[in-house]
Amino acid sequence: MVTLHVNGKAQQVDVTPDTPLLWALRDVLGLTGTKFGCGIALCGACTVHLDGQPTRACITPVSAAAQRKITTVEGIGADRVGKAVQTAWVEVGVPQCGYCQAGQVMSATALLKQNPKPTDADIDAAMSGNICRCGTYTRIRAAIQRVAGQKGATQ
Amino acid sequence: MSASHDSTTSAPSHVRSDSSLLLANVSRRGFLAGVSAVGGLVLAVGFPAALRAADPPKYGRDGMPDGWIDNPLVFLAIGEDGTVTIVCHRSEMGQGVRTGMPMIVADELEADWKRVRVAQAPGDQKRFGNQDTDGSRSTRHFFEPMRRCGAAARAMLETAAATRWNVPVGEVEARNHEVVHRQSGRRLGYGALAKDAAKLPVPPRETLRLKDPSRFRYIGKGELKLVDGPDIVSGKAQYGIDTRLPGMLYAVIARPPVYGGKVVKYDASEALKVPGVVRVVEIEPSSPPAEFNPLGGVAVIGRNTWAAIKGRQALKIEWNDGANAAYDSTAFKATLEQASRKPGKVVRNDGDVDAAMASAARRLEAEYYIPHLAHATMEPPAATARIVNGKCEAWGCIQSPQAARDRIAKRLGMSADNVKVNVTLLGGGFGRKSKPDFMIEAAVLSKAMSGAPVKVTWTREDDLHNSYYHTVSIEHLEAGLDAGGKPVAWLHRTVAPTIMSTFNPEAKNEAPFELGMTAVNIPFVIPNVRIENPEATAHTRIGWFRSVSNIPHAFAVQSFVAELAAAAGRDHKDFLLELIGPARRIDPRTMGDTWNHGEDPERYPLDTGRMRRVVETAAREAGWGKTLPKGRGQGIAVVYSFVTYVAAVVEVAVSDKGELAIPRVDIAVDCGAQINPDRVRSQLQGACTMGVSLATKEEISYKAGRVEQDNYNAYEILRTDAAPREIRVHLIPGDFNAPLGGVGEPGVPPIAPALCNAIFAATGKRIRRLPIRDQLTKA
Repeated sequence: MVTLHVNGKAQQVDVTPDTPLLWALRDVLGLTGTKFGCGIALCGACTVHLDGQPTRACITPVSAAAQRKITTVEGIGADRVGKAVQTAWVEVGVPQCGYCQAGQVMSATALLKQNPKPTDADIDAAMSGNICRCGTYTRIRAAIQRVAGQKGATQ
Repeated sequence: MSASHDSTTSAPSHVRSDSSLLLANVSRRGFLAGVSAVGGLVLAVGFPAALRAADPPKYGRDGMPDGWIDNPLVFLAIGEDGTVTIVCHRSEMGQGVRTGMPMIVADELEADWKRVRVAQAPGDQKRFGNQDTDGSRSTRHFFEPMRRCGAAARAMLETAAATRWNVPVGEVEARNHEVVHRQSGRRLGYGALAKDAAKLPVPPRETLRLKDPSRFRYIGKGELKLVDGPDIVSGKAQYGIDTRLPGMLYAVIARPPVYGGKVVKYDASEALKVPGVVRVVEIEPSSPPAEFNPLGGVAVIGRNTWAAIKGRQALKIEWNDGANAAYDSTAFKATLEQASRKPGKVVRNDGDVDAAMASAARRLEAEYYIPHLAHATMEPPAATARIVNGKCEAWGCIQSPQAARDRIAKRLGMSADNVKVNVTLLGGGFGRKSKPDFMIEAAVLSKAMSGAPVKVTWTREDDLHNSYYHTVSIEHLEAGLDAGGKPVAWLHRTVAPTIMSTFNPEAKNEAPFELGMTAVNIPFVIPNVRIENPEATAHTRIGWFRSVSNIPHAFAVQSFVAELAAAAGRDHKDFLLELIGPARRIDPRTMGDTWNHGEDPERYPLDTGRMRRVVETAAREAGWGKTLPKGRGQGIAVVYSFVTYVAAVVEVAVSDKGELAIPRVDIAVDCGAQINPDRVRSQLQGACTMGVSLATKEEISYKAGRVEQDNYNAYEILRTDAAPREIRVHLIPGDFNAPLGGVGEPGVPPIAPALCNAIFAATGKRIRRLPIRDQLTKA
């Protein structure tokens, strides 16, 4: 048994300690918003926040996440920046299939919390770990800039 | 028309299967006239209906298996609280169909979009009409039937109100979710009228009053947000991989690494020791051809996905690789090249190419290579099935739920009536998920586990190793120019394993639907044209990939035109327009295109005026010919596919070291009227990005019969740092009463040639082999 603190709630998961956080979230806790894309931290679909840091859940064993504060896409709307990002995503019409967007939202939120006015190069650096096969990159960029340009959204 | 909420499905509430709330009583209405039941041909995807000599040809939606339905009782329900539920019977994979299709019904219904909810249809083509979400056809084929659905229901509500008020129906009018009596100003909401309206007969099709397009509320406006947007950004959206059922088990499968391979023997003893592994089950391979069948292999079933993955790692399997064990991409490229240098089956022949070549002032020749590609959908194939009381219910991210249903029934030896296929959201489709092999796997494993729910998840490695790949091809082109630089002869030999090989191992020539994708149907003003198709043998599963054979054909044709323009010393855009020639409507059959994307050649001729206009628009908007600094260049290409015209101007910046950047792309699209313009833009932007990705990075290659790429490190997908910085989409206005074109696919094919033409303009280097990868950085 491992205790995980997910979205402000302590929950026990009965998995082996090497089990990636991704599968504990999805298969045990039913938090399927965090997506599987590659299994080896290449695509960013599984991005969650561990103590506020964007982290790939597919290569993070539950044993390493046990003492940390885990935030998933299901919980990020409780954060002011996270909410602003979600709203911008809908307003700009970012998603196509939407499968990668949970990870994109988590990466973008982490970026904007650390850097409220990111440059184009900052966006490249923070978002290039997240693949979108539908090709929504130009709109993701526009949505991030929209949040950055909103008064009070990130401060 | 009141919705019955006594859902017949046994699905738990968190699984989206609310489609079953819709009227189960359709048959009592007897309103099924016009249903076009085309029997015989099972393979709907990309194929025209089989024509028998005695039958008049059927085109468009009439030619698709099970055709179309425009019965409002099938597609919509109104609750007494006024909630309107509209069924979407096509699969959502990012094209926006779950917003666009219901929006059409809602508009004609005069429904308030805020009170509309969308339900997803299960696989049932007899009830809903064709469900093969493929070929850029959903809006093209269903715009009119969906309009009629909404208009018929509106008429029923008006009749119900007029009857209630005892006034002539001509005095009432439906407006924004209520019916108004003009004289008295009385009004009744749709909820209050639903019960009465449902008792009325559905009005005959010919009596329906469709809205004048000037009165559309939603159609053509692009103001509605995606119905699934809020769920997507908050993690609530349900994809095929997200299904959860009580007592569900999780499976991954070790499939043959070589196409046609089989298990000789396996040892599961170590796998069974992995904590959480429940059972190991062998899946029988299906006899060739692969068709939509599972590949077979050894499945590991566990209490969670990770246990199954770990268990699979511990399996010891001996494979018999079979007939394709020697498949090698390097050797196969040479085989294709040899084939392309000899005559092949002639599929179009105008004039006398040989004589014209012999007397031409100049001759040019070029060969282009486009490798296998994988769809690499972000959501890998995933499906869940269970069997209860002799009935199978399955959930999956499937483009062809009707095929999944039929194949599951066949494999389990059940009647299709006992199989229900629920369609989740698709985390990308691009043609991969039009093949239900992965859904059949889930059903087979559920059966092996005595009907327990089993979810099958493909890992990324599985997806890249065992896909239905885009074909691999050599496109060999030759042209003769006269002394003035005008093309007088054109020879194109296209050599590529055909998709038909997946259904018939003897098939070695491209099918009409492949040749009709920019190989034969080129409308150039050249008197002597010959298109040939030498044979090629497939050694892997070949399948549809977004825009299909247009990718290799258009890359070659549109690159070669640029090469000819350069040889003639002409501006490429001017040269291209001259080749297209004056505005005229060409019957595709006169170019040897018997397919025409399944559409009526009379209603859908190739219109060179429209083709010219997208070229001119893209060029103008991009500032074609503007002075650019060193290392920068513009390239153009135009492609007619899925009865839509798309031209792209790509601007590149290539550094001294050969690093490629794409500051801007301008795309002009003429797909006829745009139902949801924002989604048209979004599809074109996405297609452009995918086009850049496949042109610059993507390649599936084989060694010893095995795919060499395991994951996204080797099969690279374009990331945001290398993506175009700006993609401007210019929509050509269209007429809502004229035939529509496709949108999902036609944006892909012009991108690779426009990009490579831009690289040539910037650097003088001509790319003839995709992907570009390090060809610019190497000397």
